[in-house]
Amino acid sequence: MPVVKVLTDGIGELNLCDIGVYRSRGGYEQWKHAVTAMRPADVVELVSKSGLRGRGGAGFPTGRKWSFLPNNGRPRYMVCNCDEAEPGTFKDRMLLEETPHQVLEGILIGSYAIGSRHAFMYIRGEFKRGYEIFMQAVAGARAAGFIGEKLFGTGYSLEVTVHRGAGAYICGEETALLNSLEGKRGEPRLKPPFPAIKGLYGEPTVVNNVETLATLPHLLKNGAEWFSSVGPPKSPGFKIVSVSGHVKRAGNFEVPLGTTLRELLELAGGPRDGRKIVAIQPGGGSSACLFEEHLDLAYDFETMAANGTMLGSGAVVFFDDTTDFVKAAHALVRFYAHESCGQCTPCREGGYWLEVTLERLLHGGGLDSDIEMLVKVAHQMTGINLCPLGDSIEPFLASVVKRFEPQFRAYVKPSVAVSA
Amino acid sequence: MTNGKVADVTFVLNGQPITAQAGETILQAADRSGVTIPRLCYKAGYRPDGNCRVCMVEVEGERVLAPSCCRRPAEGMKVNSTSERAKKSQAMVTELLLGDMPGQTKSPYRRESELDRWATWLGVTKARYPQRHQPAPDMSHPAMSVNLDACIQCGRCVRACREEQVNDVIGYAWRGEESKIVFDLDDPMGASSCVACGECVQACPTGALMQANDVGLVAPDKRVESACPYCGVGCLLTYNVKDNKILSVDGRDGPSNHSRLCVKGRFGFDYVHNPERLTKPMIRKAGVPKTTAILDPEKMWDTFREATWEEALDLATTKLLAIREQHGPKALAGFGSAKGSNEEAYLFQKLVRTGFKTNNVDHCTRLCHASSVAALLEDIGSGAVSNQVSDVALADVAIVIGSNPTINHPVAATFMKNAAKNGTKIILIDPRRSDLSRHATYFLQFHGDTDVALLNGIMNVIVTEDLVDEAFIRDRTENYEALKKLVLEYPPEKVAPITGIDAQTIREVARLYATAKAAIIFWGMGISQHIHGTDNARCLISLALMTGQIGRPGTGLHPLRGQNNVQGASDVGLIPMLYPDYRRVDNPDVRREFEALWNTELDPKPGLTVTEIMSAAHDGIIRGMYIMGENPAMSDPNAEHAREGMAKLEHLVVQEIFFTETAGFADVILPATAFPEKTGTFTNTDRRVQLGRQAIDAPGDARQDLWIIGEIARRMGLDWKYAGPADVFEEIRRATPSMGGITWERLQTESSCTYPLEHEGDPGEPIIFIDNFPRPGGRGLFMPAEYTHADEMPDTEYPFIFTTGRQLEHWHTGAMTRRASVLDALEPDPVMSVHPDDLAKLGIEPGGAIEVESRRGKITAYARADRGMQCGTLFMPFVYNEAAANLLTNDAVDPFGKIPEFKFCAVKAGKGGKVAAAVL
Repeated sequence: MPVVKVLTDGIGELNLCDIGVYRSRGGYEQWKHAVTAMRPADVVELVSKSGLRGRGGAGFPTGRKWSFLPNNGRPRYMVCNCDEAEPGTFKDRMLLEETPHQVLEGILIGSYAIGSRHAFMYIRGEFKRGYEIFMQAVAGARAAGFIGEKLFGTGYSLEVTVHRGAGAYICGEETALLNSLEGKRGEPRLKPPFPAIKGLYGEPTVVNNVETLATLPHLLKNGAEWFSSVGPPKSPGFKIVSVSGHVKRAGNFEVPLGTTLRELLELAGGPRDGRKIVAIQPGGGSSACLFEEHLDLAYDFETMAANGTMLGSGAVVFFDDTTDFVKAAHALVRFYAHESCGQCTPCREGGYWLEVTLERLLHGGGLDSDIEMLVKVAHQMTGINLCPLGDSIEPFLASVVKRFEPQFRAYVKPSVAVSA
Repeated sequence: MTNGKVADVTFVLNGQPITAQAGETILQAADRSGVTIPRLCYKAGYRPDGNCRVCMVEVEGERVLAPSCCRRPAEGMKVNSTSERAKKSQAMVTELLLGDMPGQTKSPYRRESELDRWATWLGVTKARYPQRHQPAPDMSHPAMSVNLDACIQCGRCVRACREEQVNDVIGYAWRGEESKIVFDLDDPMGASSCVACGECVQACPTGALMQANDVGLVAPDKRVESACPYCGVGCLLTYNVKDNKILSVDGRDGPSNHSRLCVKGRFGFDYVHNPERLTKPMIRKAGVPKTTAILDPEKMWDTFREATWEEALDLATTKLLAIREQHGPKALAGFGSAKGSNEEAYLFQKLVRTGFKTNNVDHCTRLCHASSVAALLEDIGSGAVSNQVSDVALADVAIVIGSNPTINHPVAATFMKNAAKNGTKIILIDPRRSDLSRHATYFLQFHGDTDVALLNGIMNVIVTEDLVDEAFIRDRTENYEALKKLVLEYPPEKVAPITGIDAQTIREVARLYATAKAAIIFWGMGISQHIHGTDNARCLISLALMTGQIGRPGTGLHPLRGQNNVQGASDVGLIPMLYPDYRRVDNPDVRREFEALWNTELDPKPGLTVTEIMSAAHDGIIRGMYIMGENPAMSDPNAEHAREGMAKLEHLVVQEIFFTETAGFADVILPATAFPEKTGTFTNTDRRVQLGRQAIDAPGDARQDLWIIGEIARRMGLDWKYAGPADVFEEIRRATPSMGGITWERLQTESSCTYPLEHEGDPGEPIIFIDNFPRPGGRGLFMPAEYTHADEMPDTEYPFIFTTGRQLEHWHTGAMTRRASVLDALEPDPVMSVHPDDLAKLGIEPGGAIEVESRRGKITAYARADRGMQCGTLFMPFVYNEAAANLLTNDAVDPFGKIPEFKFCAVKAGKGGKVAAAVL
């Protein structure tokens, strides 16, 4: 089995929320090392060399993201995005609740790397337990002298502010998150400008995912090569994959990228007895489905993209042959329609239209032409939204309509049973 | 990019190369090049938001489409707005929005809905999609209808409310398909904190927000470009007229308002159609005595009878002439009006000076900024503002003192709020906490009447901490040592207990102002309407001079003018001691010049001021008066005294549009024209001469004011030949060199010219005093001022301070606004603002009656709880004749400006009985 223990090391065995336990295993040493022995540029170079790609969904190379910050003498901000809400994704929550110091150390190192003196941790509102744990961790780190003025006797000071969201999925989108952090309505900003140029409070800002940042202490400790030697060259390193759906043992599994989908299925205990997997959504709610013939594909950024889908946040949902894909599509479309911030027309109106049309179909009132319209509208509303949310509906819907069209057609027939 | 210089960009749009000017978006460049791209959430002048996704274009090499309203083209970029993908997207979005309209079709709430327009353009006729939620109509506001079933969530109203006018009432709430705009916390509009500026109505593309009573569905016969008749901000507007009635008003992109208006300008126009308009000349019935009682317009025929114009004008003139013959010119006086045009004001003062043969001519400038002007003329040689309101955007610091601009200059206030949002630090200094405090960096709620102490304290810090501009003092001022000596006696610790502002705050404010790169001072009547009003203004002038905060962009002194033409009326000589262009009547050279221009002998002695004329009437010295468009029975301090004076007049001619409180004292009433019924020029607070154009005809037999003045002049034997306002303006140019270069033709094309503009073709000077001050020697004068008290201080018998002013919905004495249906509906009753703790002490519930009495009079009004008041101070607008605030005020005047102390007198207060009914 291709399981590794890097970010998940010790989880389930030790109380890593205890700063003493965390430190006894070398915790915060990389933080001290970074501040006292490295220049920020060294950290950026190391991360660039490692090939680390963002773990939040877009998979953008972390080192490159950092390099976009302008040298304009303005304050810079590091924001950790812990608004994990992508359907099927639950890895950041585990890291937050089980190993908060690792996350915090990553935030600190990332902040130092980009020259930020103020880091913000944005935690999903529903993660109350995680929030409390993280607050404890921040207090512990502050007491230990890892946060605050003139750290380790150097001239570098760093403050950390923790902010809880209020329950909107859209605040996981980085610019909506920044608005929310500023106390405004959580709705995405128009890009450009990108946060690197004009982010939090209008200043250069980096928004990184929890898992991305939690990787940093390990990178510093083990070096870029250690990381880049694992997995395919363009998708190096390890990844925590949240596996769920029709499997026996759903959960988070840390594996080298490039592990196959079948291996992931096996890690999760395989399909339910007597069932077979017919579809896989490999990268969260906004990814297109793969099917049983794709089970032996390597799970990495490049392979997923080459097959018309994406790795996204690393949430793999398996569907077996009992699945009603009309209901599945309806559930997902309803989620996006519900979570639309309402700002731009295609997402607000189009998402709603798709939802009610699917609902009508499910309740026997659908027309044959609805199915074609569903795909057409979903396609036309893609690529014209203000943020990626409205573009997230088409991939899954289109892929399952194409594959399981008879299921959709079956609902059109006004059967006696339904109308009775 | 950072220095604000962006080069032009050439890119390809639909296969054609076009050039985008610096900073332009694709949409703007397309508009300029005549390429049509549909759009809904975009509104020129507003921040583009890019939310509707109707203006999407395809950019070669990009995965997703781009909103052309927000996207700036890059050199060589290939953009397509008509590709199949772009057109399909545009059409689909439009179809989705159309599907949400009532009945999924054209907007039922306005003609020319922008959604309808683009749907037609894109060939979208029918929506294939189901309707989203259809909210119920909200008709809670008297001026505006809210029909959110036609809302397309474009957010233009949100930007209108939050970013343009900065009233922060409209928000965007809920999510997904339930998204909608809300007022405050989803309250009905009429119950919200909406100030009814109507910017949202002007911004709405579909009529979801519309002027009430389905006005949006009526097609006007004509649209007339004019100006606003209310305050000195000088907003330009457009009257939409049908069948000689004003349907509605739109903000026009004037230099002082950028299409913004306030509740009065936008919704306060139907006074002109009020059935109580005077339409026939009237003559007082023989034997009806004059008393100080206010006459009810409904019973005016008990006192007056109808007359022909001939009879009325003959009687008006012969009696005036008779008094002049019998008692000499000094027995006559005239009050002109700051509501009238420059041409009317000019002819009125010319009539008094050359026909009555006296300088006893004045107007309400005496009651608003006379002291400011006295100080400005004395210290820097000119009474006009040094910089325009728009300069606040260039200022790092703005002091706003004795002014409540969100109420009194609402559109000017929006620019202050915009500036504050962009980083200008506002220092608000006022005894009342007003709405602007929300945007202020410092708010100093000092004790009323202690302005001089506070300002001397601030100057003390600037001197002692050496924050003065030595070079400016050395090169451009005189008498600094005297000022320095005096302010050294006002250390912050001494000033703190007097003013109620702690020493530290005084220091911080002094440093902030003095060290700012550019700092501007705005003030209002809180400064001027004191017996030490001139001293107050002197202190502000000294403050600017000692720090060199004048003569540059973003600096200077700006006394916010009250009336729409108080600046112009003063400029053209409606002042007893000054001819046009502020030249003194007691200067023989000047007098000879005007004698030559007017071809007559002139009175060499300065005339009496407004308050002096009233006292002289009381004393039987003034016997005959001609009052055009002023209402001293309501506006003068110690109103009972003024009313007694008017009742004693042998002959009073009143030229009015309504049967005002003052008209009841008349012998002859001449029905005149309202603002939209005439053409003329009006000069705003920014020194902008602007053209008001006639939009409708006057009702009945009401006549043009210029004609009326001319007829009286003719009957006095004056040989005037003016064909119309343009002719009068030509003469004003000759009499007023600082406006000499402004031509009528230019005003007709540009609508607005800033003076000084001495030679034709000059651009005008928005900033003055750049190199010197127009005083002998060119230097600014420091005039030190000692702190003194108000004329009447509170005592055990009269323990409260009473102060007066205006309120947003009403104008001055209410002659217009109480007869404007929307404004009257919004504020129908006399209200007294009282701190809730005082109310509790007096045992009065908010909304209950409060009786307030001074040594001069007694009134009963409804108490309004207002935490912005200081305990022990009561405030009331002077608009309500059933509880006339000026019955209480003190007629003691400032020795220099002769301005009465409207802002401070002593009263006692208690639980009241019944509030009287309005006499309207």
